[in-house]
Amino acid sequence: MTAETVPGGDGHAGASRGRRPRHLDLDALIDDRATRVVVCCGSGGVGKTTTAAALALRAAGRGRRVVVLTIDPAKRLAQSMGLEELDNEPRVVPGVDPGAGGELQAMMLDMRRTFDEMVLGHTTPDRAQAIFDNPFYQTISSSFSGTQEYMAMEKLGQLAATGRWDLIVVDTPPSRSALDFLDAPQRLSSFLDGRMIRLLSAPARAGGSALRKLVGSTFNLFAKAVSTILGGQVLADASAFVQAFDTLFGGFQERANATYQLLRAPGTAFVVVAAPEPDALREASYFVERLGTERMPLAGMVLNRTHPVHATLSGARAREGAEALEAARGDATTAAVLRLHADRVETAERERRVLARFTRAHPAVPIVDVPAMATDVHDLDGLRAIGELLRS
Amino acid sequence: MSNQRQSGGVGLFDEAGVERWPDALAGARLHVVTGKGGTGKSTLAAALALALAAGGGRTLLVEVEGRQGIAQLFDTPPLPYAEQRIAVAPDGGEVRGLAVDAEEALLEYLEMFYNLGLAGRTLRRMGAVEFATTLAPGLRDVLLTGKVKECVGRTVGDDRRGRGPRQPLYDAVVVDAPPTGRVVKFLDVTKAMGTLARTGPIRTQSEGVVALLHSPQTVVHVVSQLEDLPVQETLDTVDELAEANLPPGAIMVNRVRPARLPVTDRVDEGGLRAGLEAAGLFLKDDEVGGLLTEVDEHTERLAVESGVRSRLDAAGMPQIELPELADGVDLGGLYELAELLREQGVRHDR
Ligand SMILES: Nc1ncnc2c1ncn2[C@@H]1O[C@H](COP(=O)(O)OP(=O)(O)O)[C@@H](O)[C@H]1O
Ligand SMILES: Nc1ncnc2c1ncn2[C@@H]1O[C@H](COP(=O)(O)OP(=O)(O)O)[C@@H](O)[C@H]1O
Ligand SMILES: [Mg+2]
Ligand SMILES: [Mg+2]
Repeated sequence: MTAETVPGGDGHAGASRGRRPRHLDLDALIDDRATRVVVCCGSGGVGKTTTAAALALRAAGRGRRVVVLTIDPAKRLAQSMGLEELDNEPRVVPGVDPGAGGELQAMMLDMRRTFDEMVLGHTTPDRAQAIFDNPFYQTISSSFSGTQEYMAMEKLGQLAATGRWDLIVVDTPPSRSALDFLDAPQRLSSFLDGRMIRLLSAPARAGGSALRKLVGSTFNLFAKAVSTILGGQVLADASAFVQAFDTLFGGFQERANATYQLLRAPGTAFVVVAAPEPDALREASYFVERLGTERMPLAGMVLNRTHPVHATLSGARAREGAEALEAARGDATTAAVLRLHADRVETAERERRVLARFTRAHPAVPIVDVPAMATDVHDLDGLRAIGELLRS
Repeated sequence: MSNQRQSGGVGLFDEAGVERWPDALAGARLHVVTGKGGTGKSTLAAALALALAAGGGRTLLVEVEGRQGIAQLFDTPPLPYAEQRIAVAPDGGEVRGLAVDAEEALLEYLEMFYNLGLAGRTLRRMGAVEFATTLAPGLRDVLLTGKVKECVGRTVGDDRRGRGPRQPLYDAVVVDAPPTGRVVKFLDVTKAMGTLARTGPIRTQSEGVVALLHSPQTVVHVVSQLEDLPVQETLDTVDELAEANLPPGAIMVNRVRPARLPVTDRVDEGGLRAGLEAAGLFLKDDEVGGLLTEVDEHTERLAVESGVRSRLDAAGMPQIELPELADGVDLGGLYELAELLREQGVRHDR
């Protein structure tokens, strides 16, 4: 199934029947005032943070009032965006051209703080303190896989609720799979809903008769074994946490659902980022399918760090030329240049083959290529350069 | 093959004269492979398992992140939670594979002390086992490393029927470990134990894991690439490993691309055009300009590479180097990488 398309997607619709994928026009996307939220997704290391920051900067330069929520910018990039201060609130990014009437603010997600604020927002200060003091809260709020995604969604919800910006660009956590962004919040919820901990701490009461029949006294045994391994204190803490959390839980769920709806709302657009590598494109493929089934709007894909060739000379002719020169003891430098070109043709061809697998499965997804730069992208100039490439 | 290796990229010693695979590495029995995500940990762990089994040995390749990466690499159906032969090593020998999973490890573990019977599956399906492994942050890692240690320590009788003096079942165990950001936490079992009960069976077992991980039997290799970020992470990890007293192995520099033009060679348009014509290539201006752009980008890349190389050299660790395989890594590519490892001295001394 194909996801719904949004502005920017329908560039050269006429040419879409051929093998060339449609071109993703990101300027059209960010210029469209109806676009309110752009979510950059993809598997680890493909360039989500870079793409999010570059898009936000570009949109601000084109007159939008933008906030970008980054999750894990590299240190130097964070510095250049003025993101060192970790107060979990957006700050103005210095050095953005206000000429077109736009502005850029940026923040880096502090997941622990976001969680704390969420707890504080749903209960009395002394109850909140009891939760903060519980060691199990520390585990859940710092190392549970899924908390970061949950808190990214929560923060997005908060930013949207202020109405302070007309475009929110969201980076997503560095999980191995792009799908984690959609799945993790649910996972966290099922840990917090208290069913499991009740089973473990008082299996006989919590289970109900059907369950008791099913696993019999084994559950008691399991609970006992777990408490032997972990020590009684861990279970007691977890149990106390879940009890204290019980009153908050409904509110948490409601918030999460509301944010999930925001992701489906008109005005939201997903941009999938992938590298021209089999694993990254496989992940992108799963994600595109998932957006389709969730009815979440996909703008298209950024194929990041490609290695295009700059001359149309074929690899075979370049190689033949190099061989001829080498055989005749001709100019070694020219032979090397030809070998270099042949290498590049080979790389570009492999990238095209890998991409073709994706486009065969998803011919309607518009794509824009961003060539690899020689060095990392770690300042506003680098982001502007990426922004230019995102447009072309 | 078009994929010419850089001269000096192979051989037993690197350019600085450091042995690529010293005896200490050849004597280790547990090889932990980490690296920044996507640099080639899984690929090189597999190639290493092949190389260490070569010549009649037996190695075990273990994955711990539940991705079924081994099955994908070796083109086999998903691995169950059981050791299975996955490949024949060069010159005889075998590689077995195991996908360890914390939940299965916990169930297996409980099974040793409590008889859960079939209910174990039900518990798992209900999410109870996953929940239990999440209650204490260190438990998962303790379970995973515990299983690895059990594999390293497993012995069999040395005759056909499993009788006779007992020998280790595996010459070496290779772990496709979590990426750089998480690996030290993964291996720092002592710290993880702080969150568990002070006594009890897991505690006893973990003390053995700690001893193994901090012994000369273990080495931790870090996979890198000649780019800023992977190299930075490699160096940070090398420091963190030293701080945690975990024994360093080799830095495995992966996906090295050939240097076609020495940086000292200046390419000028006139000379290039003349050279091209001598090769029978009469190109338009923009084509020649395109080639020159490619030369510039290549020069920039080499400058970055030489910068990060000297930073890697400063780490003072043995370095292994593997080329970018033009067609990506299929099963044949794995054997090719294993062969290149062996050419650099990678072996297990039995
Ligand atoms: N087109 C590009 N050319 C060169 N380097 C890039 C490019 N895109 C991203 N990078 C670099 O790759 C690294 C990973 O990018 P990042 O955006 O942090 O990925 P992610 O957020 O998906 O993990 C960063 O060091 C970044 O500077
Ligand atoms: N030497 C190499 N040449 C070409 N491709 C490689 C090489 N090493 C790894 N790759 C490719 O890089 C990608 C990431 O490798 P992988 O081993 O899965 O990394 P990791 O386990 O560190 O995430 C895979 O697509 C793999 O085929
Ligand atoms: Mg990121
Ligand atoms: Mg891997």
